[in-house]
Amino acid sequence: MIVIIDYGIGNLASVLNMFKKIGVADVKISGRAEDIEAADKLLLPGVGAFDAGMKHLEQSGLLPVLNRKVLEQKTPILGICLGMQLLTRWSEEGQLPGLGWIDAETLKFNPDPALKLKVPHMGWDYIQVKRENKLVDTESRNRFYFVHSYYVKCFDEAQSLATSHYGQDFTCMVNKDNIFGAQFHPEKSLKFGMSILENFSKL
Amino acid sequence: MALKRIMPCLLYDGVGLVKTVKFRNPSYIGDPINAIKIYNEKEVDELILIDINASKQKRKPNFDKIADMASEAFMPFAYGGGVKTFDDFATLYKIGIEKVVVNSLIQENPEVIKKVVAHYGAQAVVACIDFKKPLFGAKAPYSYMGYKIKQDLSEYARYLANDLGVGELMLYSVDNDGTWEGFDNEIIKRLIHEVEVPVIACGGCGNIDHLKTVLYDVNANAAAIGSMAVYSKKGMGVLINFPNRESVIKE
Repeated sequence: MIVIIDYGIGNLASVLNMFKKIGVADVKISGRAEDIEAADKLLLPGVGAFDAGMKHLEQSGLLPVLNRKVLEQKTPILGICLGMQLLTRWSEEGQLPGLGWIDAETLKFNPDPALKLKVPHMGWDYIQVKRENKLVDTESRNRFYFVHSYYVKCFDEAQSLATSHYGQDFTCMVNKDNIFGAQFHPEKSLKFGMSILENFSKL
Repeated sequence: MALKRIMPCLLYDGVGLVKTVKFRNPSYIGDPINAIKIYNEKEVDELILIDINASKQKRKPNFDKIADMASEAFMPFAYGGGVKTFDDFATLYKIGIEKVVVNSLIQENPEVIKKVVAHYGAQAVVACIDFKKPLFGAKAPYSYMGYKIKQDLSEYARYLANDLGVGELMLYSVDNDGTWEGFDNEIIKRLIHEVEVPVIACGGCGNIDHLKTVLYDVNANAAAIGSMAVYSKKGMGVLINFPNRESVIKE
Protein backbone atom coordinates (compact mmCIF):
# COMPACT_ATOMS: atom_id res chain seq x y z
CA MET A 1 0.00 0.00 0.00
CA ILE A 2 1.14 3.53 -0.86
CA VAL A 3 0.19 6.07 1.78
CA ILE A 4 -0.04 9.73 0.81
CA ILE A 5 0.78 11.40 4.09
CA ASP A 6 -1.98 13.73 5.23
CA TYR A 7 -0.51 16.23 7.65
CA GLY A 8 -2.97 19.00 6.93
CA ILE A 9 -1.09 20.65 4.10
CA GLY A 10 -1.18 20.52 0.34
CA ASN A 11 -3.48 19.22 -2.33
CA LEU A 12 -3.55 15.48 -1.76
CA ALA A 13 -6.32 14.74 -4.24
CA SER A 14 -4.21 15.44 -7.36
CA VAL A 15 -1.61 12.84 -6.43
CA LEU A 16 -4.28 10.28 -5.61
CA ASN A 17 -6.05 11.00 -8.91
CA MET A 18 -2.91 10.34 -10.87
CA PHE A 19 -2.23 7.05 -9.10
CA LYS A 20 -5.80 6.00 -9.92
CA LYS A 21 -5.32 7.03 -13.52
CA ILE A 22 -2.27 4.80 -13.92
CA GLY A 23 -4.10 1.92 -12.33
CA VAL A 24 -2.37 1.87 -8.94
CA ALA A 25 -5.35 1.05 -6.75
CA ASP A 26 -3.73 0.36 -3.41
CA VAL A 27 -3.26 3.99 -2.43
CA LYS A 28 -4.60 5.79 0.58
CA ILE A 29 -4.53 9.33 1.91
CA SER A 30 -3.95 9.05 5.64
CA GLY A 31 -2.53 10.85 8.64
CA ARG A 32 -2.86 7.84 10.96
CA ALA A 33 0.24 6.22 12.39
CA GLU A 34 -1.20 2.69 11.89
CA ASP A 35 -1.59 3.29 8.15
CA ILE A 36 1.90 4.70 7.84
CA GLU A 37 3.22 1.74 9.81
CA ALA A 38 1.51 -0.59 7.33
CA ALA A 39 2.60 1.28 4.21
CA ASP A 40 5.18 -0.16 1.86
CA LYS A 41 5.66 3.23 0.18
CA LEU A 42 5.17 6.76 1.41
CA LEU A 43 4.46 9.94 -0.43
CA LEU A 44 5.08 13.31 1.21
CA PRO A 45 3.29 16.10 -0.67
CA GLY A 46 3.17 19.73 0.39
CA VAL A 47 2.76 23.30 -0.67
CA GLY A 48 3.28 26.49 1.27
CA ALA A 49 5.83 27.64 3.80
CA PHE A 50 8.60 25.46 5.25
CA ASP A 51 7.89 26.14 8.93
CA ALA A 52 4.18 25.58 8.45
CA GLY A 53 5.03 22.23 6.87
CA MET A 54 7.38 21.16 9.67
CA LYS A 55 4.96 22.37 12.35
CA HIS A 56 2.12 20.39 10.82
CA LEU A 57 4.34 17.31 10.60
CA GLU A 58 5.32 17.64 14.25
CA GLN A 59 1.78 18.27 15.43
CA SER A 60 0.57 15.27 13.48
CA GLY A 61 2.62 13.12 15.85
CA LEU A 62 3.88 11.15 12.86
CA LEU A 63 7.58 11.97 13.11
CA PRO A 64 8.58 8.93 15.21
CA VAL A 65 6.82 6.46 12.90
CA LEU A 66 8.15 8.26 9.81
CA ASN A 67 11.72 8.20 11.10
CA ARG A 68 11.42 4.51 11.86
CA LYS A 69 9.86 3.64 8.51
CA VAL A 70 12.21 5.70 6.38
CA LEU A 71 15.52 5.42 8.23
CA GLU A 72 15.31 1.94 9.77
CA GLN A 73 12.92 -0.03 7.57
CA LYS A 74 14.09 1.79 4.42
CA THR A 75 10.55 2.23 3.14
CA PRO A 76 10.67 4.18 -0.14
CA ILE A 77 9.46 7.74 0.24
CA LEU A 78 8.91 10.44 -2.37
CA GLY A 79 8.69 14.08 -1.29
CA ILE A 80 7.03 16.44 -3.75
CA CYS A 81 7.63 20.21 -3.92
CA LEU A 82 7.65 21.43 -0.28
CA GLY A 83 7.69 17.74 0.59
CA MET A 84 11.14 17.50 -1.04
CA GLN A 85 12.38 20.63 0.73
CA LEU A 86 11.27 19.21 4.10
CA LEU A 87 13.67 16.30 3.50
CA THR A 88 16.61 18.72 3.81
CA ARG A 89 18.33 19.97 6.97
CA TRP A 90 16.89 23.48 7.01
CA SER A 91 15.46 26.21 4.82
CA GLU A 92 16.21 29.86 4.37
CA GLU A 93 12.44 30.27 4.51
CA GLY A 94 12.02 29.21 8.11
CA GLN A 95 13.49 28.69 11.56
CA LEU A 96 12.54 25.08 12.23
CA PRO A 97 14.94 22.27 11.36
CA GLY A 98 13.94 20.04 8.47
CA LEU A 99 13.80 16.25 8.51
CA GLY A 100 17.49 16.14 7.55
CA TRP A 101 17.16 12.86 5.67
CA ILE A 102 18.84 14.43 2.67
CA ASP A 103 22.17 16.20 3.21
CA ALA A 104 21.08 19.50 1.74
CA GLU A 105 19.70 22.92 2.52
CA THR A 106 16.84 24.89 0.99
CA LEU A 107 17.62 28.36 -0.35
CA LYS A 108 15.61 31.19 -1.88
CA PHE A 109 15.94 31.95 -5.57
CA ASN A 110 17.69 35.26 -5.93
CA PRO A 111 18.12 35.71 -9.68
CA ASP A 112 20.32 38.42 -11.12
CA PRO A 113 17.96 41.41 -11.71
CA ALA A 114 19.38 41.73 -15.22
CA LEU A 115 17.78 38.39 -16.08
CA LYS A 116 14.32 39.76 -15.19
CA LEU A 117 13.23 36.41 -13.81
CA LYS A 118 10.20 36.32 -11.57
CA VAL A 119 10.11 34.35 -8.37
CA PRO A 120 8.32 31.96 -8.01
CA HIS A 121 9.70 29.90 -10.85
CA MET A 122 6.45 28.82 -12.45
CA GLY A 123 6.08 26.75 -15.60
CA TRP A 124 7.43 23.79 -17.54
CA ASP A 125 11.09 22.91 -17.80
CA TYR A 126 13.26 20.07 -18.96
CA ILE A 127 15.46 18.28 -16.43
CA GLN A 128 18.92 16.73 -16.65
CA VAL A 129 19.16 13.40 -14.88
CA LYS A 130 22.65 12.86 -13.45
CA ARG A 131 22.79 9.14 -12.82
CA GLU A 132 20.97 5.86 -13.33
CA ASN A 133 18.03 5.42 -11.00
CA LYS A 134 14.68 3.70 -10.81
CA LEU A 135 12.38 6.70 -11.11
CA VAL A 136 13.44 8.63 -14.18
CA ASP A 137 15.33 7.78 -17.34
CA THR A 138 18.76 9.40 -17.71
CA GLU A 139 18.05 10.02 -21.39
CA SER A 140 14.81 11.73 -20.44
CA ARG A 141 13.70 14.62 -22.61
CA ASN A 142 10.66 14.93 -20.40
CA ARG A 143 9.32 18.23 -19.19
CA PHE A 144 7.83 18.89 -15.78
CA TYR A 145 5.69 21.54 -14.14
CA PHE A 146 7.34 23.66 -11.42
CA VAL A 147 5.97 26.20 -8.95
CA HIS A 148 8.49 27.22 -6.30
CA SER A 149 10.37 30.16 -4.78
CA TYR A 150 12.96 28.05 -2.93
CA TYR A 151 15.33 25.40 -4.23
CA VAL A 152 17.39 22.60 -2.74
CA LYS A 153 21.18 22.72 -2.67
CA CYS A 154 22.86 19.43 -1.80
CA PHE A 155 25.92 19.39 0.47
CA ASP A 156 26.55 15.90 -0.81
CA GLU A 157 26.40 16.24 -4.61
CA ALA A 158 25.85 12.51 -4.94
CA GLN A 159 22.36 13.05 -3.51
CA SER A 160 21.44 15.45 -6.32
CA LEU A 161 19.68 13.20 -8.81
CA ALA A 162 18.59 15.72 -11.43
CA THR A 163 18.93 19.41 -12.15
CA SER A 164 17.00 22.05 -13.99
CA HIS A 165 17.76 25.67 -14.78
CA TYR A 166 16.21 28.94 -13.71
CA GLY A 167 18.77 31.71 -13.83
CA GLN A 168 21.11 29.10 -12.35
CA ASP A 169 21.30 25.33 -12.27
CA PHE A 170 19.44 23.88 -9.33
CA THR A 171 18.72 20.41 -7.98
CA CYS A 172 15.19 19.38 -8.94
CA MET A 173 15.34 15.75 -7.78
CA VAL A 174 17.16 14.25 -4.82
CA ASN A 175 17.86 10.66 -3.89
CA LYS A 176 19.64 8.80 -1.17
CA ASP A 177 18.93 5.09 -0.89
CA ASN A 178 15.15 4.73 -0.39
CA ILE A 179 14.58 8.50 -0.14
CA PHE A 180 13.49 10.48 -3.22
CA GLY A 181 12.33 14.02 -3.78
CA ALA A 182 10.98 15.97 -6.74
CA GLN A 183 10.78 19.75 -6.73
CA PHE A 184 8.30 19.73 -9.64
CA HIS A 185 4.78 18.38 -9.55
CA PRO A 186 4.63 14.93 -11.18
CA GLU A 187 0.87 14.89 -10.53
CA LYS A 188 0.48 17.91 -12.84
CA SER A 189 3.07 16.89 -15.44
CA LEU A 190 1.00 14.79 -17.83
CA LYS A 191 2.43 11.41 -18.89
CA PHE A 192 5.93 12.56 -17.89
CA GLY A 193 4.86 12.79 -14.25
CA MET A 194 2.79 9.64 -14.55
CA SER A 195 5.88 7.66 -15.46
CA ILE A 196 7.64 8.84 -12.28
CA LEU A 197 4.70 7.91 -10.06
CA GLU A 198 4.33 4.61 -11.89
CA ASN A 199 8.04 3.81 -11.41
CA PHE A 200 7.76 4.80 -7.76
CA SER A 201 4.78 2.49 -7.29
CA LYS A 202 6.91 -0.39 -8.60
CA LEU A 203 9.94 0.20 -6.34
CA MET B 1 13.99 28.55 -18.11
CA ALA B 2 10.18 28.23 -18.08
CA LEU B 3 9.25 27.08 -21.56
CA LYS B 4 6.60 28.92 -23.56
CA ARG B 5 3.15 27.49 -22.99
CA ILE B 6 0.15 26.79 -25.22
CA MET B 7 -3.16 26.10 -23.55
CA PRO B 8 -6.78 25.57 -24.50
CA CYS B 9 -9.09 28.23 -23.10
CA LEU B 10 -12.41 26.47 -22.65
CA LEU B 11 -15.67 28.31 -22.13
CA TYR B 12 -18.29 26.71 -19.94
CA ASP B 13 -21.89 27.83 -19.63
CA GLY B 14 -22.70 25.94 -16.44
CA VAL B 15 -23.77 22.81 -18.33
CA GLY B 16 -21.36 22.14 -21.16
CA LEU B 17 -18.56 23.65 -23.17
CA VAL B 18 -19.42 26.41 -25.62
CA LYS B 19 -17.51 28.64 -28.01
CA THR B 20 -18.27 32.29 -28.70
CA VAL B 21 -17.49 34.75 -31.47
CA LYS B 22 -16.60 38.20 -30.13
CA PHE B 23 -18.02 37.05 -26.78
CA ARG B 24 -21.46 36.43 -28.38
CA ASN B 25 -23.52 33.58 -29.79
CA PRO B 26 -22.21 30.67 -27.71
CA SER B 27 -22.35 27.43 -29.70
CA TYR B 28 -22.51 24.13 -27.88
CA ILE B 29 -19.29 22.09 -28.04
CA GLY B 30 -19.73 19.16 -25.68
CA ASP B 31 -18.93 17.64 -22.35
CA PRO B 32 -15.94 19.14 -20.52
CA ILE B 33 -14.73 15.89 -18.95
CA ASN B 34 -14.41 14.19 -22.31
CA ALA B 35 -12.55 17.18 -23.68
CA ILE B 36 -10.15 17.21 -20.72
CA LYS B 37 -9.39 13.51 -21.20
CA ILE B 38 -8.44 14.24 -24.80
CA TYR B 39 -6.29 17.24 -23.80
CA ASN B 40 -4.28 14.96 -21.50
CA GLU B 41 -3.46 12.81 -24.51
CA LYS B 42 -2.61 15.90 -26.56
CA GLU B 43 -0.14 16.95 -23.83
CA VAL B 44 -1.39 20.50 -23.46
CA ASP B 45 0.77 22.61 -21.16
CA GLU B 46 -2.06 23.92 -19.10
CA LEU B 47 -5.84 24.25 -19.18
CA ILE B 48 -8.05 27.29 -18.62
CA LEU B 49 -11.77 26.90 -18.02
CA ILE B 50 -14.00 29.97 -17.77
CA ASP B 51 -17.61 29.75 -16.64
CA ILE B 52 -18.96 32.61 -18.76
CA ASN B 53 -22.36 32.72 -17.04
CA ALA B 54 -21.55 32.41 -13.35
CA SER B 55 -20.96 36.12 -12.66
CA LYS B 56 -23.79 37.23 -14.95
CA GLN B 57 -26.23 34.85 -13.29
CA LYS B 58 -24.84 35.72 -9.86
CA ARG B 59 -24.20 32.11 -9.00
CA LYS B 60 -21.29 30.30 -7.37
CA PRO B 61 -18.83 28.22 -9.36
CA ASN B 62 -20.16 24.71 -9.87
CA PHE B 63 -17.66 23.25 -7.39
CA ASP B 64 -18.77 19.61 -7.75
CA LYS B 65 -18.43 19.67 -11.50
CA ILE B 66 -15.11 21.53 -11.31
CA ALA B 67 -13.78 18.91 -8.89
CA ASP B 68 -14.78 16.19 -11.37
CA MET B 69 -12.96 18.03 -14.13
CA ALA B 70 -9.88 18.62 -11.96
CA SER B 71 -9.72 14.91 -11.16
CA GLU B 72 -9.15 14.26 -14.87
CA ALA B 73 -6.74 17.15 -15.51
CA PHE B 74 -3.14 15.96 -15.20
CA MET B 75 -1.78 19.37 -16.05
CA PRO B 76 -2.06 22.72 -14.28
CA PHE B 77 -5.70 23.75 -14.32
CA ALA B 78 -6.92 27.36 -14.13
CA TYR B 79 -10.55 28.22 -13.44
CA GLY B 80 -12.46 31.51 -13.66
CA GLY B 81 -16.09 32.55 -13.24
CA GLY B 82 -18.24 33.52 -10.26
CA VAL B 83 -15.36 33.47 -7.77
CA LYS B 84 -16.24 36.12 -5.19
CA THR B 85 -15.07 35.25 -1.69
CA PHE B 86 -11.87 34.06 -0.04
CA ASP B 87 -13.66 30.79 0.69
CA ASP B 88 -14.47 30.37 -3.01
CA PHE B 89 -10.75 30.56 -3.79
CA ALA B 90 -9.90 28.20 -0.92
CA THR B 91 -12.44 25.65 -2.13
CA LEU B 92 -11.10 25.77 -5.68
CA TYR B 93 -7.49 25.26 -4.59
CA LYS B 94 -8.57 22.40 -2.37
CA ILE B 95 -10.37 20.54 -5.16
CA GLY B 96 -7.34 20.67 -7.44
CA ILE B 97 -7.38 24.04 -9.21
CA GLU B 98 -3.86 25.55 -9.43
CA LYS B 99 -4.82 29.03 -10.55
CA VAL B 100 -7.97 31.10 -10.24
CA VAL B 101 -8.73 33.58 -13.02
CA VAL B 102 -10.31 36.82 -11.81
CA ASN B 103 -12.10 39.41 -13.89
CA SER B 104 -15.28 41.05 -12.54
CA LEU B 105 -13.97 40.58 -8.99
CA ILE B 106 -11.23 43.11 -9.78
CA GLN B 107 -13.89 45.86 -9.82
CA GLU B 108 -16.09 44.37 -7.13
CA ASN B 109 -13.59 43.48 -4.43
CA PRO B 110 -9.89 44.00 -5.13
CA GLU B 111 -9.08 43.55 -1.42
CA VAL B 112 -10.05 39.89 -1.47
CA ILE B 113 -7.68 39.36 -4.41
CA LYS B 114 -4.81 40.90 -2.43
CA LYS B 115 -5.66 38.67 0.50
CA VAL B 116 -5.61 35.55 -1.69
CA VAL B 117 -2.27 36.58 -3.23
CA ALA B 118 -0.80 37.06 0.25
CA HIS B 119 -2.08 33.69 1.44
CA TYR B 120 -1.65 31.41 -1.58
CA GLY B 121 1.06 33.24 -3.53
CA ALA B 122 0.97 35.31 -6.69
CA GLN B 123 1.19 32.27 -8.96
CA ALA B 124 -2.26 31.15 -7.78
CA VAL B 125 -4.06 34.16 -9.28
CA VAL B 126 -4.39 35.17 -12.93
CA ALA B 127 -6.10 38.44 -13.84
CA CYS B 128 -7.99 38.49 -17.12
CA ILE B 129 -8.26 41.74 -19.06
CA ASP B 130 -11.03 41.72 -21.66
CA PHE B 131 -10.30 44.51 -24.10
CA LYS B 132 -11.91 45.88 -27.24
CA LYS B 133 -12.15 48.92 -29.46
CA PRO B 134 -15.03 51.18 -28.45
CA LEU B 135 -17.05 53.04 -31.05
CA PHE B 136 -14.83 56.06 -30.44
CA GLY B 137 -11.32 56.18 -29.04
CA ALA B 138 -8.56 53.73 -28.23
CA LYS B 139 -8.90 50.07 -27.31
CA ALA B 140 -9.81 49.80 -23.64
CA PRO B 141 -10.39 47.26 -20.90
CA TYR B 142 -14.01 46.24 -20.39
CA SER B 143 -15.70 44.71 -17.41
CA TYR B 144 -17.38 41.40 -17.85
CA MET B 145 -20.75 43.12 -17.66
CA GLY B 146 -19.81 45.18 -20.69
CA TYR B 147 -18.91 48.61 -19.36
CA LYS B 148 -15.67 50.38 -20.08
CA ILE B 149 -13.15 50.44 -17.26
CA LYS B 150 -11.90 53.93 -16.38
CA GLN B 151 -8.18 53.18 -16.50
CA ASP B 152 -6.55 52.79 -19.89
CA LEU B 153 -5.05 49.42 -20.82
CA SER B 154 -1.52 50.22 -19.64
CA GLU B 155 -2.63 51.69 -16.33
CA TYR B 156 -4.95 48.77 -15.75
CA ALA B 157 -2.26 46.18 -16.49
CA ARG B 158 0.18 47.88 -14.12
CA TYR B 159 -2.50 48.14 -11.43
CA LEU B 160 -3.20 44.40 -11.63
CA ALA B 161 0.45 43.35 -11.63
CA ASN B 162 1.86 45.89 -9.19
CA ASP B 163 -0.98 46.90 -6.86
CA LEU B 164 -3.03 43.72 -6.71
CA GLY B 165 0.08 41.57 -7.16
CA VAL B 166 -1.44 38.86 -9.35
CA GLY B 167 1.00 36.34 -10.83
CA GLU B 168 -0.08 36.45 -14.46
CA LEU B 169 -2.11 38.55 -16.86
CA MET B 170 -4.39 37.04 -19.45
CA LEU B 171 -5.05 39.50 -22.27
CA TYR B 172 -8.26 38.58 -24.04
CA SER B 173 -9.22 40.48 -27.21
CA VAL B 174 -13.01 40.57 -27.46
CA ASP B 175 -12.86 41.81 -31.06
CA ASN B 176 -10.62 38.92 -32.14
CA ASP B 177 -12.44 36.20 -30.15
CA GLY B 178 -13.56 33.38 -32.41
CA THR B 179 -12.37 35.08 -35.61
CA TRP B 180 -9.36 32.80 -36.37
CA GLU B 181 -7.58 35.91 -37.63
CA GLY B 182 -4.74 36.12 -35.15
CA PHE B 183 -3.97 37.66 -31.78
CA ASP B 184 -4.03 41.39 -31.16
CA ASN B 185 -0.24 41.47 -31.32
CA GLU B 186 0.02 45.23 -31.06
CA ILE B 187 -1.79 45.50 -27.73
CA ILE B 188 -0.16 42.38 -26.33
CA LYS B 189 3.30 43.65 -27.20
CA ARG B 190 2.59 47.01 -25.59
CA LEU B 191 1.28 45.49 -22.38
CA ILE B 192 4.15 43.01 -22.07
CA HIS B 193 6.43 46.03 -21.74
CA GLU B 194 4.25 47.49 -18.99
CA VAL B 195 4.51 44.57 -16.57
CA GLU B 196 7.04 42.03 -15.38
CA VAL B 197 4.59 39.19 -14.76
CA PRO B 198 4.01 36.49 -17.39
CA VAL B 199 1.42 37.34 -20.04
CA ILE B 200 -1.03 34.91 -21.63
CA ALA B 201 -2.29 36.05 -25.05
CA CYS B 202 -5.88 35.13 -25.85
CA GLY B 203 -8.42 35.75 -28.57
CA GLY B 204 -8.20 35.16 -32.30
CA CYS B 205 -5.69 32.37 -32.78
CA GLY B 206 -6.34 30.51 -36.03
CA ASN B 207 -3.13 28.78 -37.02
CA ILE B 208 0.40 27.73 -36.07
CA ASP B 209 1.93 30.93 -37.43
CA HIS B 210 -0.23 33.00 -35.12
CA LEU B 211 1.20 31.02 -32.21
CA LYS B 212 4.79 31.40 -33.38
CA THR B 213 4.35 35.13 -33.85
CA VAL B 214 2.74 35.83 -30.50
CA LEU B 215 5.16 33.64 -28.54
CA TYR B 216 8.45 34.50 -30.25
CA ASP B 217 8.07 37.86 -32.04
CA VAL B 218 5.65 39.50 -29.63
CA ASN B 219 7.23 37.51 -26.79
CA ALA B 220 4.14 36.51 -24.81
CA ASN B 221 4.90 33.80 -22.23
CA ALA B 222 1.87 31.76 -23.15
CA ALA B 223 -0.85 31.57 -25.78
CA ALA B 224 -4.41 30.45 -25.19
CA ILE B 225 -6.43 28.98 -28.02
CA GLY B 226 -10.22 28.71 -28.13
CA SER B 227 -11.71 27.86 -31.52
CA MET B 228 -8.62 25.97 -32.64
CA ALA B 229 -8.94 23.65 -29.65
CA VAL B 230 -12.61 22.80 -30.25
CA TYR B 231 -13.23 22.98 -34.02
CA SER B 232 -11.58 21.06 -36.82
CA LYS B 233 -11.37 24.21 -38.98
CA LYS B 234 -13.01 27.59 -39.25
CA GLY B 235 -16.70 27.09 -39.97
CA MET B 236 -16.39 23.32 -39.55
CA GLY B 237 -17.62 20.86 -36.97
CA VAL B 238 -16.62 20.27 -33.38
CA LEU B 239 -13.33 18.44 -32.90
CA ILE B 240 -11.39 18.49 -29.64
CA ASN B 241 -7.84 18.92 -30.89
CA PHE B 242 -4.59 20.74 -30.33
CA PRO B 243 -1.79 21.94 -32.57
CA ASN B 244 1.44 19.99 -32.63
CA ARG B 245 3.39 21.57 -29.79
CA GLU B 246 6.79 20.62 -31.21
CA SER B 247 6.10 22.62 -34.35
CA VAL B 248 5.79 25.79 -32.26
CA ILE B 249 7.80 25.58 -29.04
CA LYS B 250 11.54 26.19 -29.20
CA GLU B 251 13.74 24.78 -26.48
